Amino acid sequence: MNSRKIGDVILDVQNISLSFGGVKALTDISFDVREHEVRAIIGPNGAGKSSMLNCINGVYQPQQGAITFRGRHFKHMNSRQVAEMGVARTFQNLALFKGMSVLDNIMTGRNLKMKCGLLAQALHWGPAAREEIAQREFVERIIDFLEIQLHRKTPVGRLPYGLQKRVDLGRALAMEPQVLLLDEPMAGMNVEEKQDMSRFILDVNDEFGTTIVLIEHDMGVVMDISDRVVVLDYGRKIGDGSPDEVRANPDVISAYLGTVH
Amino acid sequence: MQTIAPTFPRLLLAHAQQQPDAPAVREKDLGIWQSWSWADVAREVREFACGLASLGFKAGDNLAIVGANRPHLYMAVIAAQSLRGVPVPLYQDAVAAEMVFMLEDAAVEFVIAEDQEQVDKLLECRETQPAIRHIVYDDPRGLRHYDQPGLLGFEQLCELGRAWDTAHPGFFDRSVAAGEASDVAVILYTSGTTGRPKGVCQTHASFIAAGRGGVETDRLGPGDNIMSYLPMAWVGDHLFSVAQWLVGGFTLNCPESAETVMNDMREIGPSYYFGPPRTFEGLLTAVSIRMEDAAAPKRWLYAKFMALARRVGADILNGAPVGAIDRLLYALGDLVIYGPLRNVLGMSRIRVAYTAGAAIGPDLFRFYRSIGVNLKQFYGQTETCAYVCLQRDGKVKLQTVGSAAPGIELRIADDGEVLVRGVSVLQGYYKRPDATAEVLDADGYFHTGDAGVLDAEGHLRIIDRAKDVGRMHGGAMFAPNYIENKLKFFPQIKEAVCFGDARDEVCAFVNIDYEAVGNWAERRGLAYGGYVDLAGKPEVLTLVAECIAKVNADLASEDGMGDTQIARFMVLHKELDPDDDELTRTRKVRRGFIAGKYAVLIDALYGGKGEQFIETQVKFEDGRSGVVSATLSIVEAKRYPAMKAAA
Repeated sequence: MNSRKIGDVILDVQNISLSFGGVKALTDISFDVREHEVRAIIGPNGAGKSSMLNCINGVYQPQQGAITFRGRHFKHMNSRQVAEMGVARTFQNLALFKGMSVLDNIMTGRNLKMKCGLLAQALHWGPAAREEIAQREFVERIIDFLEIQLHRKTPVGRLPYGLQKRVDLGRALAMEPQVLLLDEPMAGMNVEEKQDMSRFILDVNDEFGTTIVLIEHDMGVVMDISDRVVVLDYGRKIGDGSPDEVRANPDVISAYLGTVH
Repeated sequence: MQTIAPTFPRLLLAHAQQQPDAPAVREKDLGIWQSWSWADVAREVREFACGLASLGFKAGDNLAIVGANRPHLYMAVIAAQSLRGVPVPLYQDAVAAEMVFMLEDAAVEFVIAEDQEQVDKLLECRETQPAIRHIVYDDPRGLRHYDQPGLLGFEQLCELGRAWDTAHPGFFDRSVAAGEASDVAVILYTSGTTGRPKGVCQTHASFIAAGRGGVETDRLGPGDNIMSYLPMAWVGDHLFSVAQWLVGGFTLNCPESAETVMNDMREIGPSYYFGPPRTFEGLLTAVSIRMEDAAAPKRWLYAKFMALARRVGADILNGAPVGAIDRLLYALGDLVIYGPLRNVLGMSRIRVAYTAGAAIGPDLFRFYRSIGVNLKQFYGQTETCAYVCLQRDGKVKLQTVGSAAPGIELRIADDGEVLVRGVSVLQGYYKRPDATAEVLDADGYFHTGDAGVLDAEGHLRIIDRAKDVGRMHGGAMFAPNYIENKLKFFPQIKEAVCFGDARDEVCAFVNIDYEAVGNWAERRGLAYGGYVDLAGKPEVLTLVAECIAKVNADLASEDGMGDTQIARFMVLHKELDPDDDELTRTRKVRRGFIAGKYAVLIDALYGGKGEQFIETQVKFEDGRSGVVSATLSIVEAKRYPAMKAAA
């Protein structure tokens, strides 16, 4: 039934090393992401998963290595540039505007698409008003897609955690990203919320053809929804391949289950 | 403006001519209310019907309709009728295994489905029911990669329809003109508290008569608005959202999603509203919870004015004499409490609200009338187009369902069963002459299966299902629904099942309302880990015991009911659920099934045990199943001395 086509390499990470003072967060990591695939990064706590994501999205600047995105070569990324190139992300510990409504939070994701200046927007003047209506329509499609119509006007801080995660995803989608970076989208969720979130991630991938890079702890979920998996442990890559290959990899098993000495 | 025509498609065309630009249907989509005028509806119905014809749908074929209340699905009803076919709405929350039965029974080849969820279910049905040739879907989301044969979108079908219409000019008009009042207009499957569902065939004549009776009684017409949010397969929705809509020519409003009905209703402010008792119960529960969370002065004000409303509100609505001071106070209450409350409920503009489908608790009924909502009851079943009795304005008695509707004759059989004859009685069950013969007698009376009495003014009072009414060992009449409804009025109790037929005492199963009791527990700082845990808390059992003691006090004060006080009860570890066959799709208790499934619990209730372990299979919404187990405590209820009839 799933007929989406996995394309060429869109994002290529080469020999990335990152350290904070004497602490080596990432050591010589390389992997690639192909267009339209769901790519997972897994590993135990402190393995460097979030650091990896932060390098891709320009929050951290690695000391060594390079990133190639759509054929363009970068020594390190710049977060605004990354956003403009169509890479969006969600956060492990949510970074939503708690006092603002669901609608307004997702609207902020359209910020880069708005052309009118601050003053025109504040006055809600002619072109600015038209622009907002057009953007609002796009946001409404996301609200419909994520099935959060009931909460459209609810301040985000009043929503349960699982729904806040969905709003976070909504705001990332509002950027119409080509690549979506998801940092533990299912952390702290119950089984039902995890199922919902998995379905939304697959739907995004399927409906919009968005390439997805996700970090996740829940092995069951990762194995179910990913096309390929990278495994990190203590800042090093210890496995890379399809879920089945990774599951059979002895290094991965020992990292997760511990080895008998 | 009333429109006279013998069939529904002709009623539609008449509206399209008389009020082409008036809004016929609205639906909230992407946050905005989208409207279809009568002319738009007529055009889309024409395209859809021609599209069906181009695929080979012909007179006498059945079109299954599966989904929530969407404008296109209502249009599909009329489109099928335009071709002299028969729409067969099915419950959208039914699982594939249940749906297969009806699809097979009605020999369905064409289906219109709302979305991917329904399409998946239908494709599953098709594995055992290959006769299903064409599945048309309304919402294309997620269906892009489906390439199964016979699957196409609503828009594609309309496109086929336009081409067909051009190639066969006059086809649609001829087909509509050929339709007759005596044609079957719809097949509605009865949910059936017992046995397999039966298809009830109703003609255009019956449903139009039923629709007209309601529209005339309450003077409905253009300008009135109704929310359409109940399952399309339910006869009530078909009466209000199809028959009365096309006779009266008012506006249907479809909600954005099932969850947003409350919000959408507030935005639309319908003038005409219809809900089963459980919807009204749910609304009241939501209000009660929020009031308990309110600040002390607000709670005080609410309590004071609600007490006043209980005393005089219903009389004011009925036009009965009420003192000047009370009237003044009520007006003040209307300003500060009742008006805002109606607004929160989305009932500010309600002129007429109806409830039916199950007996409504008198207290619940009184609550709505006392705050100025003109809530009335009607009575009927699928076999009578839900049109037998209506309460007329100014003649509303709390305990009755009103008097015979225009065109209906009522009779009470010797054994107390209500018999009905008249315009809205079914033509017969689909392909089931045996079942038809059981319910329709030689004189044309339909046997309702309800036990009732007619009072001096000809108002009907329904006591219970005739087959549910039993006798206790002591000889007292045992009417389980009557007791259960009293229990269900408490916001903390969602569902109750009473046992007592041929026994010495009455015992009950209770389902707590997770939301209401959960909220109650949170405010008391009572920690719980999910439904099973909460239901078993000693504090919760005490709470339920208090409710039951109040019901017992009530029963003790009523003539002949004192012996049916509840002796013992048990709070069930899981919610009774239609997916587990414990409730019907319209959420009526399947008494016999429950008695069998939980026999071990009933034995424990009557066996003098203190607690009982049980393990139960449950089905989840996605079709998987699991096991829930718990040890349930048996609690003795407080009973009161019965009032003697002579006293």
